[in-house]
Amino acid sequence: MSFIEQFPIVFDALNVGFIQTLKLFLITLVGALPLGLVISFGSMSKFKPLSAVVKTLVWVIRGTPLMLQLLVIYYLPGLVFHNNIWGSGEEGRFIASVTAFIINYACYFSEIYRGGIQAVPRGQQEAGQVLGLTKSQIFFKITLLQMVKNVLPPMSNEIITLVKDTSLARIIALQEIIWAGQAFMKGSQGIAGEIWPLFFTGLYYLVFSGVLTIVLGKLEKKLSYFRT
Amino acid sequence: MSWLEVKNIQKSFGKTEVLKGIDFSLEKGEVLALIGSSGSGKTTLLRCLNFLETPDKGTISVKDELLFDGSVKTKINDEQIRQNRLHFGLVFQNFNLFPQYTVLKNITLAPTLLKKGTDEEINNKALELIKSVGLAEKADSYPCELSGGQQQRVAIARALALSPDVLCFDEPTSALDPELTGEVLRVIKELKNGENTMVIVTHEMNFAKNVSDKVIFMADGVIEEMGTPTDLFENPKSQRLKEFLSSSLKD
Repeated sequence: MSFIEQFPIVFDALNVGFIQTLKLFLITLVGALPLGLVISFGSMSKFKPLSAVVKTLVWVIRGTPLMLQLLVIYYLPGLVFHNNIWGSGEEGRFIASVTAFIINYACYFSEIYRGGIQAVPRGQQEAGQVLGLTKSQIFFKITLLQMVKNVLPPMSNEIITLVKDTSLARIIALQEIIWAGQAFMKGSQGIAGEIWPLFFTGLYYLVFSGVLTIVLGKLEKKLSYFRT
Repeated sequence: MSWLEVKNIQKSFGKTEVLKGIDFSLEKGEVLALIGSSGSGKTTLLRCLNFLETPDKGTISVKDELLFDGSVKTKINDEQIRQNRLHFGLVFQNFNLFPQYTVLKNITLAPTLLKKGTDEEINNKALELIKSVGLAEKADSYPCELSGGQQQRVAIARALALSPDVLCFDEPTSALDPELTGEVLRVIKELKNGENTMVIVTHEMNFAKNVSDKVIFMADGVIEEMGTPTDLFENPKSQRLKEFLSSSLKD
């Protein structure tokens, strides 16, 4: 089969894989952004046992490879407890992947939030207090935007990393774009021994992360009118 | 009773006694200067007045209203503390302007959130205050575009917008370059018109001498000496005050 004949077949297959990649990316963000905030509050809690447990969790998750966490989360229930809660199909692999990604990224985000919150000077809160504002007025009208500004650059970094990290789900055979590209090496839809589809996936990542870089950069620029 | 009455205020942080029983009173329109070396408890006293710290003992009354009584053991709730704070204003050493808002919004934010009038009234009052601190052209600037002296003048206008009964200053010029202190001190001096009751923690002895009706010299958490500026600066009685004055005048 010539390249011209191969291209539409590969393009369709990669698009299907990319949809799965995109879904994993978006659901991870939607889950990990708020969960990270909750974890950051936990790690800053004045209740020592809680902050100790949360800090240990963050240490374990940040201290081990995401690939290993994916394998543990996917295989542990079935192989060790003989209860494969994920099921065997693509949907099961997807839910397991999303679970691992959300936990992993929430822990990274929590540290970013913690830094962002602690970087807002205490005087800002006190200025609100002496003006007679309530706690929630102080958080929403004074602290929040400064915190968002503080976390945006490191957060952008993590979000770009997440785009590429989604490929790790390949290890439990999630049918994301790398899996889709690799299929044409082994043989799929009459195409075998071709490596170019795998290399071609790089273009998807490049374009996607490029778009994100522009969007996040614009957001940062929007907040550059003030200095904290 | 006096406009502001402070009785037997005590405050410890852990085992360190920072305030060991402070008593003083002020009449409406009076200006009190708090002087003393670092660590003498001046700033803690100011923070107690603004309820950023809760005293362990003592009472604070404003206009015959008992705001705080340390002998009542039930914890005062957040809402009560918030109401108490509205009697006082505080200008910080580091200004603490809100960086994301313009000069105007810095001043109107609290009155608007606290519904102290219509938007128009609040705006007009804010613009008037901005003018009175000499920053009429800067209403739409952001704090990062202003000099330290200008920022501190905005902070003064912000505190005045809520018309506090007692306006406190915590070393208002300590974070400023020497050439910028004059403009801030001038603004504070203009506020002394019989209407504004002020408590000023300062290291500027000449300023304290010129602006105040009453001076308190603090040392180790107690009032070592209290009186008129003439009493304290011309005829200091305690040995510690004499030493303090001679070392501050040297600078």
